[in-house]
Amino acid sequence: MVGIVVDGEPHEVPAGGNLLQSLLSLGLDLPYFCWHPALGSVGACRQCAVVQYRDENDVTGRVAMACMTPVAEGLRIGLKAPAAVEFRAGIIELLMTNHPHDCPVCEEGGECHLQDMTVMTGHTFRQYRGLKRTHRNQYLGPFINHEMNRCIACYRCVRFYRDYAGGDDLQVFASRNQVYFGRFEDGALENEFSGNLVEVCPTGVFTDRTFSAHFTRKWDLQTAPSVCVHCGVGCNTTPGERYGTLKRVINRYHGDLNGYFLCDRGRFGYGFVNCADRLTEPMLHGQPVTRAEGRARLRDVTFKGAIGIGSPRASLEANFALRELVGPENFYAGCADADYAMLDTIRRVLASWPVHSPSLREVEGADVVLVLGEDVGNTAPRLALAIRQATRNCMLAAAAELKIAPWQDAAVRELAQQVRGPLFVLATTGTRLDELAEVVVRRTPADIARLGFAIAHALEPAAPAVSGLSDEDRQHAESIAEALKRADNPLVVSGTGSGEPAIVEAAAQIACALSRRRKQPASVSFVVPECNSLGLMLLDPKRLGKALESAESGSVPAAIVLESDLFRSARTEAVESFLSRVGETVLLDHSPQATAHRAQIVLPVGTFAETEGTFVNGEGRAQRFFAAMSPRGAAMDSWRWLAEAHPRHDWQCLDEVTGACAAAIPVLARMVDAAPRADFRIDGLKIPRQTHRRSGRTAASAHIDIREPQPQDDTDSALAFTMEGDAFDAPAALRTYSWAPSWNSNGQSIAKFQDEVGGALRGGDPGVRLFEPVQRGAAPWFTEIPRAVAAEPGVWLTVPRYHVFGSEALSARAESVVERIPAPYVALHPSDLARLGHADSVELNWHGFREVLPVLADDTVVPGTIGVPVGLPGMPCGPCPRTLALRKAEPHGSGVST
Amino acid sequence: MSGTATPLTQNVRLDGAAATLEQYRRTGGYRGLERALEELPPEAVQQEVKDAGLRGRGGAGFPTGVKWGLVPMGDDAGQKYLVVNADEMEPGTFKDRYLMERDPHQLIEGVAIAAYAVQASVAYVFLRGEYHLAAERLKRAMAEALDQSYLGSNICSSSFSLELHLHSSAGRYICGEETALLNSLEGKRATPRAKPPFPQISGLWGRPTVVNNVETLCNVPHILREGVAWYRALTASVDPGTKLFGASGRVRRPGLWELPMGTTIREIIEDHAGGMRDGYRLRGLLPGGASTDFLLPEHLDVPMEFDAVAKAGSRMGTGTMIVLDDRTCPVQMVLNLERFFAQESCGWCTPCRDGLPWTVRLLEDLVAGQGRAEDLEQLGRLCRLMGPGNTFCALAPGAAEPLQSALKHFLGDFERYLPRQSEVA
Ligand SMILES: Cc1cc2nc3c(=O)[nH]c(=O)nc-3n(C[C@H](O)[C@H](O)[C@H](O)COP(=O)(O)O)c2cc1C
Ligand code: SF4
Ligand code: SF4
Ligand code: SF4
Ligand code: FES
Repeated sequence: MVGIVVDGEPHEVPAGGNLLQSLLSLGLDLPYFCWHPALGSVGACRQCAVVQYRDENDVTGRVAMACMTPVAEGLRIGLKAPAAVEFRAGIIELLMTNHPHDCPVCEEGGECHLQDMTVMTGHTFRQYRGLKRTHRNQYLGPFINHEMNRCIACYRCVRFYRDYAGGDDLQVFASRNQVYFGRFEDGALENEFSGNLVEVCPTGVFTDRTFSAHFTRKWDLQTAPSVCVHCGVGCNTTPGERYGTLKRVINRYHGDLNGYFLCDRGRFGYGFVNCADRLTEPMLHGQPVTRAEGRARLRDVTFKGAIGIGSPRASLEANFALRELVGPENFYAGCADADYAMLDTIRRVLASWPVHSPSLREVEGADVVLVLGEDVGNTAPRLALAIRQATRNCMLAAAAELKIAPWQDAAVRELAQQVRGPLFVLATTGTRLDELAEVVVRRTPADIARLGFAIAHALEPAAPAVSGLSDEDRQHAESIAEALKRADNPLVVSGTGSGEPAIVEAAAQIACALSRRRKQPASVSFVVPECNSLGLMLLDPKRLGKALESAESGSVPAAIVLESDLFRSARTEAVESFLSRVGETVLLDHSPQATAHRAQIVLPVGTFAETEGTFVNGEGRAQRFFAAMSPRGAAMDSWRWLAEAHPRHDWQCLDEVTGACAAAIPVLARMVDAAPRADFRIDGLKIPRQTHRRSGRTAASAHIDIREPQPQDDTDSALAFTMEGDAFDAPAALRTYSWAPSWNSNGQSIAKFQDEVGGALRGGDPGVRLFEPVQRGAAPWFTEIPRAVAAEPGVWLTVPRYHVFGSEALSARAESVVERIPAPYVALHPSDLARLGHADSVELNWHGFREVLPVLADDTVVPGTIGVPVGLPGMPCGPCPRTLALRKAEPHGSGVST
Repeated sequence: MSGTATPLTQNVRLDGAAATLEQYRRTGGYRGLERALEELPPEAVQQEVKDAGLRGRGGAGFPTGVKWGLVPMGDDAGQKYLVVNADEMEPGTFKDRYLMERDPHQLIEGVAIAAYAVQASVAYVFLRGEYHLAAERLKRAMAEALDQSYLGSNICSSSFSLELHLHSSAGRYICGEETALLNSLEGKRATPRAKPPFPQISGLWGRPTVVNNVETLCNVPHILREGVAWYRALTASVDPGTKLFGASGRVRRPGLWELPMGTTIREIIEDHAGGMRDGYRLRGLLPGGASTDFLLPEHLDVPMEFDAVAKAGSRMGTGTMIVLDDRTCPVQMVLNLERFFAQESCGWCTPCRDGLPWTVRLLEDLVAGQGRAEDLEQLGRLCRLMGPGNTFCALAPGAAEPLQSALKHFLGDFERYLPRQSEVA
């Protein structure tokens, strides 16, 4: 800590920071634009001016930019000094010379950082008489609006998009007061983090286009703390509702997890909630029935001795309620058997191996990263963004040697230029992170696993050796092991994406070998497929294949399927056969899907935006999400349907289910601490989901009934569907929106809720980590090393490929996302395609079905393998077979076999 | 003691052609380089230039030897660069062009010595885009120098090697600002960089880099050849050496002269430029190019030395003065300059990007008879917003200098444009 003097008052601030960040961390207000806690300082906007004094005798001082001033012992500054106040007002006045002042029709209005800063500086009177310069706006795709006239040229957008997120199709053009921020031509912004521009841009240049389509002011939204459901990272979000529509999702800061940024799938995937074809009424054989009828049917089915198929995207509570209803012995996992096997490994490794599963903040601190067999950029985008930052640590280290502070963003980047820290990508096909990697090795899944085991052996001779490795791969293994040995903070990243269980085992093996060498737990991050994949596994389900097998013997009288589409988890004919053999099938879900068409009874449930519960992300962090709105029609929380059908349990509210689950499953004992209980109050009141400035409370539904509606009751949480109460002092897990006096924007106001700017949320970041590394205890090595696969003529090894947009089922239903989903295809190495006679499309044998799909040449595909995109609408569903027979599809008649 | 009183221009030919290599060598050319390579370790070269008291001729007057001394030396210092700032886009300034066109080898020798002194193995000349003739002559001289082993590997059979590249700018005034220049050279947008870190620590491609003005480097061969004492004796001024001083405007003989540092403004204007043209009286002058404050006739006896000009309220700048006569409107002159600066703003920081267009707008209104009394205050405020330290680089403070001083010295000329009360009503 160092002592500084602000307006004559002494303060203690952490050494090494910049003055702006330190002042904000002290809770003081100082306007700024170009600085961003995650992007650092560049000194462009000149808004953060203070007066800096040489010593106590200096009374005039000089104007200095706080964001560019390192704090040092004895630093004396004036925040309120007239010269500083006048200068800051002058800067706003200059920025405003060209600003359109269209707040009333600007979608940023009410949560606009420029508005806030303008008010803060007190500039109110316009003296500039000239014409304003105007720009042409661009079409930037389905997610983002562009209104360049509002630009104040703070350069944050390009700094985020290019420098932070690695995008290259957003640029700054021209110079002087004509600088233009856009694309070289109209077109969708390609980077998968483009949505953050909405929050990074301090003005209304970039706004959320999906929000525009049904716009509502921030202050009219009803919001709740939530967790993203579109991958296993578990980013924190704030969904907002008005008039029964989910209007948008924005970032909810979490110091250890997503920080200030979400990926576009998480931000824009919410559209599925608003789809017109949502399941909203209980259905019996295709006919709507009452809730009571639905409940009665569920009870009947339970009496028959139903099995339950749990869901990797339903809450722990819903899954636990199902498990209780059918009995643990009849509880199965609603995911593919291959995923099950990998998740089982991950669960065991996290629970009982001496390895550490890092938070995203810890990932950002890694100095050597090895990615094994996972296209993180497409399966867990926010994790990939964290890895991207980790590759900069060597830059920061080099800068530190020259006494360049890490927040001196431009200086650090100029010093280090393109130099990146070691990132090794060993993958089964091209991945999003390849462009950052020092070494990229592409092999078949089995060979990637073998390489991984070889690295583990090179690190720790006690780990089993791999025989028959090529010289090249042996060298790769040696050199990667060397780099990992030298690292201070090595990190291994893997996951379930490859579909190859041995890859997950190999990654765990490497981490374990590292732990042994280092005599302290090494970090390994596993990407899991869905938002609660790991949570489901912690309930100890059986694998789905077992259920399908028992149905074959006719011993399954009925099945209750929770929020899953079985057709995505098993071969079509196996699911067909299962459904026809099982006496009766009940499906609880919110969106139509293939299983829904086959179930006799469909019970509608709420989505994440309408229900409450707990998810466990890939890190092993239990996080509570809350409803921003009430479910449509007769839909309700899955757990409630299931609890009501239970013959003995009399659970009335979520806390009881959460409590029962925590009591029954030791590893989940702490899930109750993920958020305060429903009886939490501040001054006797619940936390409001509506803002203090909400309009139309007595009029919004006056066209239906002029009496003010009773606020809907929420017995399951400490949140209320009202304006009354204190949202400002709510604990982080219950904070419904980020809003502070003078700070109306989401991204900036959050500073008022952090311990220090960019640090942890006050009172601790929400959620509970369920696993801490086992310090001792020798983990048994995995000894089953797969054999190299020899190529067989005419047989193609399938390799799953992922797309941020399309591979995840729920977001793929969102209207805006649909535009960004690639058309179905398969990919072959160009040499293989040439051997097939340069086909445009190929006919594949998919679990006995024939499918004809367009084929693309892609030189990142390993020869002999075929890249099969997962989950794209129009692709055959179900887990892909391990091998495929393939032939060129002729326009007419029969194909030519290869 | 040998040597001449005008070392920088001693080889200038009357026929306008470039001095040939033979000519250059005849007056001692490349002997400074040979001496440095043969006799002096790099640090000793730095020391000589320090002792000579050479200050940068690019505008800021930073002591050259001190600048070099900030470069990390030693075997593990890695790749380093020397960059010649030959952008020369300052309105009213044409001295570097003259040196490059007339005696290109002088610059090349200066580059080689400077590169040796900081142990840079690669050097660039960043040349103003319009300087075609200079480019041609430099290229030719560079080829000759390479051929004669004054450039390339193992220069003059020493262990020192230097690659020299010529880069013609795409043409922006801001490219002359040394850090914007580096960005531009790297192929990035020509916006300046924050200092610290200084280029000597993290410059071109993040490596230690020295940026020097053309004229600065042209002094170096003579210091190395003739010695520190000789150099310091070139003038009685506190600032050693000679300098190219220039005058443009309505003087009898606009031009450029190599004169000892410390020559008075009066001597430059009256003796060398031949005084004002008939019928014109001196009203004021910008002593160091467009981005310096006006001085007045009362300042004629100020010596052209860095500190003396500063004391008089302006800056030495490039030492090439623009003369304002009594029949030219200072307001129109300033408007013309501010248009230039507004056009050349890089667009990075607010006071400059948005302050200069407003400045231009106010001046335009004023000369169009649409000004308001409070506009003059507003112009003053804008100058203060663009003051030193308030902006990201020195372009805007430079742009404010002629305006703020004109407002001080020629306020009446501004007020004369204001519509009379009756007209306003
Ligand atoms: C807007 C701007 C333009 C400049 N243009 C030039 C230029 O054209 N030539 C030059 O030598 N220095 C120019 N400078 C000064 C350089 O930044 C730098 O100080 C100089 O090149 C250092 O060389 P010296 O130490 O040899 O004088 C400019 C500075 C500014 C702020
Ligand atoms: S578009 Fe927004 S973020 Fe980008 S420079 Fe303009 S105001 Fe800043
Ligand atoms: S990274 Fe995953 S959890 Fe985070 S926003 Fe994207 S889809 Fe959601
Ligand atoms: S003062 Fe600012 S806008 Fe102007 S040229 Fe320098 S950095 Fe660019
Ligand atoms: S925030 Fe400090 S200059 Fe922009």
